[in-house]
Amino acid sequence: MLQDRDRIFTNLYGRHTPGLTGALKRGAWDGTKFLLEKGRDWIIEEMKKSGLRGRGGAGFPTGLKWSFMPKQSDGRPHYLVVNADESEPGTCKDREIMRNDPHLLIEGCLIASFAMGAHACYIYVRGEYIAEREALQRAVDEAYEAKLVGKDNVHGWPFDIYVHHGAGAYICGEETALIESLEGKKGQPRLKPPFPANMGLYGCPTTVNNVESIAVAGTILRRGGGWFAGLGRPNNTGTKLFCVSGHVNNPCNVEEELGLTFRELIDRHCGGIRGGWDNLLAVIPGGSSVPMVPADQIADAHMDFDTLRGLGSGLGTAAVIVMDKSTDIIRAIARISYFYKHESCGQCTPCREGTGWMWRVMNRMAEGRAQKREIDMLLEVTKQVEGHTICALGDAAAWPIQGLIRHFRPEIEKRIDQYSANPHSEPVRVAAE
Amino acid sequence: MAVRRLASEAIQPASFAFDAENLAWAKTVIARYPEGRQASAVIPLLWRAQEQHDYWLPKAAIEYVAEMLGMAYIRVLEVATFYTMFNLEPVGRFFVQLCGTTPCRLRGADDIIKVCHDRIGDQRHVTADGNFSWLEVECLGACCNAPMVQINNDYYEDLTAENFTKLLDDLAAGRPVKKGSQIGRTASEPVGELTTLTDASLYDGSVVGAWRKRFEEEAAKAEAPVDTQAIAAQAAAEPKPAKPSSARPEQASDTPAHRVAAGKAPVSKAKKAGAADKNKTDATAPELPLGEEPKKTARKKAEKADESKG
Repeated sequence: MLQDRDRIFTNLYGRHTPGLTGALKRGAWDGTKFLLEKGRDWIIEEMKKSGLRGRGGAGFPTGLKWSFMPKQSDGRPHYLVVNADESEPGTCKDREIMRNDPHLLIEGCLIASFAMGAHACYIYVRGEYIAEREALQRAVDEAYEAKLVGKDNVHGWPFDIYVHHGAGAYICGEETALIESLEGKKGQPRLKPPFPANMGLYGCPTTVNNVESIAVAGTILRRGGGWFAGLGRPNNTGTKLFCVSGHVNNPCNVEEELGLTFRELIDRHCGGIRGGWDNLLAVIPGGSSVPMVPADQIADAHMDFDTLRGLGSGLGTAAVIVMDKSTDIIRAIARISYFYKHESCGQCTPCREGTGWMWRVMNRMAEGRAQKREIDMLLEVTKQVEGHTICALGDAAAWPIQGLIRHFRPEIEKRIDQYSANPHSEPVRVAAE
Repeated sequence: MAVRRLASEAIQPASFAFDAENLAWAKTVIARYPEGRQASAVIPLLWRAQEQHDYWLPKAAIEYVAEMLGMAYIRVLEVATFYTMFNLEPVGRFFVQLCGTTPCRLRGADDIIKVCHDRIGDQRHVTADGNFSWLEVECLGACCNAPMVQINNDYYEDLTAENFTKLLDDLAAGRPVKKGSQIGRTASEPVGELTTLTDASLYDGSVVGAWRKRFEEEAAKAEAPVDTQAIAAQAAAEPKPAKPSSARPEQASDTPAHRVAAGKAPVSKAKKAGAADKNKTDATAPELPLGEEPKKTARKKAEKADESKG
């Protein structure tokens, strides 16, 4: 069981002041200069040793990502961009970091920028987080005032940090779309390569990291990569913020060790499943983009990247959406399909057309107004959208539906049977949108 | 994707300009981006324009921002229509954006939608007194506090039909309202007793510097003189074999190298016959005495190798 002393986000719940004095007392900005003096290579090596995998969904090793930045500048400036465009349904962890523990984030920005030779950092906060943006800006102002950051700061690394914001587009959470948006364009993802580490923001080497990945850096370096690697399970190390929502008695954010079981997570922190464990139907373990896992498979599964991938799902952002037996599971997934239809940027045809098509079919299936052969047709279309788009939004739209069909096909068929067993007037034909 | 168009010409204002305060603010924002990259400021500027203009963005404001940043009108129009937080038509004084995505639905967003329908009417409809309009939006990122709405700039969380109705009443009557959770949570902690972060020593400053011990120990270790004599003495007392002595003897004495040294074929005929794919040799290989032909090729190969070396 994870001890409080091993938790990184000690003000997660905002019970203490988020300001600089409080943050210093909780151990932020403690010996940052000492860490920077250990050198760039030491920092990257220590991050690699910690086994930290990116907390934004894909789980790519953070230390490795940092090491992709050119060692020597070719004259172009380097940039660090922090992805605080947290919009994945179910995910609400970065919000708490920004409003309650902002100094951990700012310190992490300085360390990461130093490690990759960047003198400027942009934090891209989603547009809706207005209070969070203001809280973060307050903390940045405090840090400037205390000369912790800025052109002439006490750490001896000239460094500017700016808080930028979007205006309501989920797709800007994709790193190249975020860069486009930061350049003042529509947030439409770029083709890779070139990768941002070579050609990112303003055509300069750029690394885009999630808020949580950056905010844990200071503590990892202080306590050592070995400490972080000692928590969790092999290849899935460290602590992670879990956002538990849906049908549990006490939904909450909580920092826990990666790889604890789903049952421990729910019983220890969330007061159990609403109506007891027998009432559990299915769980979406990593934000809306990953396929669901039915109750019998998830109950004692380890909550980490590799175990969940083995179950045909993923840890994603660790946004655990719990659904009990009162859930209309088909409608729940149809609503997720609507989300992707709404958020598709419209650049690639399979996604732009496919998300709308899938949503319309899902909607009919939620009613039961469909043919059973259409289930296979829908599955086929999801396979054709998946992997045929520039970014992963097409995949993200396809996976929840694939998960539904994989685990709840009888439920869909039952609904179709119920619908056809009852008399209905001929439906009015609606033109495609 | 959704089709988003500007409001009709009839309600578009003739002109738009930032007030003095916003103009000064705009200059500081533009200065955050490198020279020649002012276009980066387009979203913050459009957002401020929307705030100044009763929370909706007229065509004149789009053109004004384009002029200010030296961008083509169409580029700014693209941005204004792409990002859904830009309201292109008038909204109520209290603009309710209701999260209707699955996590909120699971916690009862349907009840909140019903209140909106009953109190305000259809989506995008502004009430006659101009106070309210509402819109179902996608995930607002407060899923642990579902269901929730955003009214203008503020989040209101942990809603029920009752406390949401009261909230709308209070807003309409101009009474002060509580932002955030409506059931007394400070953030996204579990209701009731905290299950984590209860250790008081996290907050009394004792964590500061506690980590340095590790570095001090490492530094001490690096600086300490290495006692070579002790190591040598220990090595003499407990000799360790350079190579593991427990290699399998019967195999170690029958390697191809051993056999060649003893003047035999590298692989015995019996073993070769046992390892060969019988079907294959039967079908393709002519009846050759086993062991002779390969020997020749092996010798040839060895000669060739010697030549190339020379």
